[in-house]
Amino acid sequence: MNDRQFKHIRCTINSRAVDAMVDVRASLTELLRGEFALTSVKHGCDVGECGACTVLIDGEPFNSCIYLAVWADGKDITTVDGLAEPDGSLSPLQQAFVDEGAIQCGFCTPGLILTAQSLINRGEPLSDEELRRELAGHLCRCTGYENIFKAVRRALDESLGKKG
Amino acid sequence: MGYTGKRMPRVDAKDKAAGRAKYAADLCVRDALVAKVLHAERAHALVRSINTDRARQAEGVEAVFTCFDVPKYYFPTAGHPWSTDPEHQDVADRLLLTDHVRFWGDDIAVVVARDELSAVKALRELEVEYEDLPFVLDAQAAMEPGAPQLHEAFPGNVLGHSSIRRGDLEAAIREPGLIRVEGWYDTPTVQHCHIENHNCWAYMEGGRVTVVTSTQIPHIVRRIVGQALGRPWGDVRIIKPYIGGGFGNKQDALYEPLCAWLTTMLGGRPVRIECTREETFHCNRVRHAIRSHIISWVRPDGSFAARKLECWSNQGGYASHGHGIAAKGMNAFPQIYPCDNLECDAWTVFTNLPPAGAMRGYGIPQATFAGEAHIDDVARAIGMSPLELRRKIAMPKGYRDDFSGNVNWSDSFRACMEAGAKATDFERRFAELSKPQTGNIRRGVGMALYWYNTGVWPISLESSSCRMVLNQDGSVQVFTGETEIGQGCDTVYAQMTADAVGIPFESVHVVTVQDTDTTPYGSGAYASRQTYVGGFAIDNTGKILRGKILDYAAKLTKLPAGQLGLREGFIENDRGERLMSLAELATEALYSMEDSRHITAEATAQIKSNAYSFGCSFAEVEVDLRLCRIRVTRLMNVHDCGKLINPQLAEAQVHGGMSMGMGYALSEQLRFDEKTGRPLNGNLLDYKLLTFTDHPRLEALFCENAEPTSPFGTKALGEPPACPPAPAIRNAVLQATGIAFGAIPMTPEKLFRALEEGGGSDV
Repeated sequence: MNDRQFKHIRCTINSRAVDAMVDVRASLTELLRGEFALTSVKHGCDVGECGACTVLIDGEPFNSCIYLAVWADGKDITTVDGLAEPDGSLSPLQQAFVDEGAIQCGFCTPGLILTAQSLINRGEPLSDEELRRELAGHLCRCTGYENIFKAVRRALDESLGKKG
Repeated sequence: MGYTGKRMPRVDAKDKAAGRAKYAADLCVRDALVAKVLHAERAHALVRSINTDRARQAEGVEAVFTCFDVPKYYFPTAGHPWSTDPEHQDVADRLLLTDHVRFWGDDIAVVVARDELSAVKALRELEVEYEDLPFVLDAQAAMEPGAPQLHEAFPGNVLGHSSIRRGDLEAAIREPGLIRVEGWYDTPTVQHCHIENHNCWAYMEGGRVTVVTSTQIPHIVRRIVGQALGRPWGDVRIIKPYIGGGFGNKQDALYEPLCAWLTTMLGGRPVRIECTREETFHCNRVRHAIRSHIISWVRPDGSFAARKLECWSNQGGYASHGHGIAAKGMNAFPQIYPCDNLECDAWTVFTNLPPAGAMRGYGIPQATFAGEAHIDDVARAIGMSPLELRRKIAMPKGYRDDFSGNVNWSDSFRACMEAGAKATDFERRFAELSKPQTGNIRRGVGMALYWYNTGVWPISLESSSCRMVLNQDGSVQVFTGETEIGQGCDTVYAQMTADAVGIPFESVHVVTVQDTDTTPYGSGAYASRQTYVGGFAIDNTGKILRGKILDYAAKLTKLPAGQLGLREGFIENDRGERLMSLAELATEALYSMEDSRHITAEATAQIKSNAYSFGCSFAEVEVDLRLCRIRVTRLMNVHDCGKLINPQLAEAQVHGGMSMGMGYALSEQLRFDEKTGRPLNGNLLDYKLLTFTDHPRLEALFCENAEPTSPFGTKALGEPPACPPAPAIRNAVLQATGIAFGAIPMTPEKLFRALEEGGGSDV
């Protein structure tokens, strides 16, 4: 189709330098799922309401469904696939999700883990209320958020304790 | 036993945390064509014509089909086991696409294109000519003479009506000194809002149709696809990988039949249908809105002389699960608070709203809101505490329901009530907050009981099958037709298998993907049945496998099988001494040059029992009179679901249900334009799901009275937690404000209007 436009981008995905020709209309969700088979990036609403497609871009959480793929040029992108160790062992935050029973259907899990990881990376203490507010962009229908909150609280506190 | 009852880690948690768990869309092949459905923009109309010329010529379009092209095989969609008795079969009122539009969003045409964008653009090129018909959105209005008619086979729009008559109500209400308490209770249309939208993709292989789908009921969907396409059921293969929640919406055949038909029309090429969030709201299923009218004639001591219940269930445009929902709700009414003189009626009525199906609780969230709000209205009317009243009148220990055969073995209501009341200090808080309150913030506590049962016997079939396959290393694959949908059944099945066979938990590999070509029959995830019913199948199969293992062990050890045991993966003699590992035995058995056996076992468990599962909620609220905002400051659920197989998973299940119940109480409602029937808020911005910031700590307690009919002592827990929170919160708001809400959700707008009308005056 003659009005279809592509642009060449270079970016880093999970610490690996990559490049791709992207349709200028495509979302980052489509690029990651389609081109790079990173199916941990979930489709929940396509309009930035549910948080399931969250990825980290230069360390900040974004809804990748409303982030154009072409904007990723020059960016450092992390999906949940990038958090585990090379040998497959889980990060402390991922392990806290497992231990606290924070996972049920698992569809909101990758996005939530990434937002929580960005909070841990920030290295600042958060009150319970602040933490709930930081996580409130993610919808979950299985857990009532209870055990997710426990898992993030624990992982955040432990990471701060280690640094302190 | 060893592993059941313990907090074993979820078998799927690591893959889900790592992002490796695969869901239906993640498995779709890259060259799949994309199908997009054209949804009618009318609440009720006939499609006169659809001009497809421009759509067919659009870039990337492979095919266009309309309601005039589909085969005329009417099919039912409800996720019920098939009944071989025509009288008990689900109503077959659907076609793949329809020319009689019965709700705004009904499916009238489909475009198949090389990519999603081309499909969406081509949809806009379809020109539809409608003949408008009058429409009706309210269930009671739909029963009026002269109301628009939806289905020829159901004059007056009544899909189902059932009633209960007991004793002599007219005589009973003449007893002197009775207090008459009357109320109307409305519950809204809500949606399941699983985070993964329904999606599926289909292709043909060897002349057969395969559908990979996000469903709770793979074996049932196979039958429905066969019916919808007019193909032998064995020609259809359904594959169900991990799914991102279901809550009953995916207990219907949704777009699998259409997707399967499309691949057959396109030479077997892969075709996918992925619902948008908006389609999930409008074009899948919703929970029935039910209006209940209750009158109780009460003696001053709280006992009931007589009771009357009428309820009207809004079915929407198609039968789906139909009258089963309202009937279940009505049947709970005379059981939870038995009464000698009763008149109950329930009607399920077609309207021009989206079709209502199963949703977590199957009529009981609606019935519990009505029934438990009413109990607090009664308590107020006679001046008794709501806890004291319920202690007096709730179903007694030993009560037996003749129809289901269920017995209240353990006085579960009182056990749960007392545990919850003690943990929340309910009686003291209730007394304190009953004193006059002043200021902008008002507080209240409330409670509610709920009635539930386990599975669908005797209304419908309860059957579950299991296959176990022993590996050479002593580990075991477990295949069942019962589905993991997030609730954790794979993990509890691994625990049960480990105990039934006598092997370590880590040696059990539950095959999570249901594939109807290889997985034995199970009805699937609904009716809170799987732990109970699947438990029988696993226990039976595990014992057969164990017997075959010990039989081979007897041959190898030359000891009688009766003197041998299998524990933690080792063959033991009757003194508990380990004779050999199961790995050694399995390897020898398979590769024996003299007597080779691949040790496997398979069994079907048909269950002709059911089990009561009871409990309650306790809520505390703060009501901000100026902001008209209700904040739940404490919420506790107490459940007697028998013995817990995995306490951590059980707690998590309760949390999720409580959250859903809170949303039902406070914020969730799908709204429709009364002038057109158009949905108004079918997206996650305008439909208010609760978030992290809206919840208090969610507290779950259990009274573990072992269920005598279950080999593992277990019974329903999947749906029950969602049933009692809404009325408990409503009753807490009643204490805080004096406003007896007759409808949920209790939004700021409704609270504002109620306060304007002078509610709260008696606070």
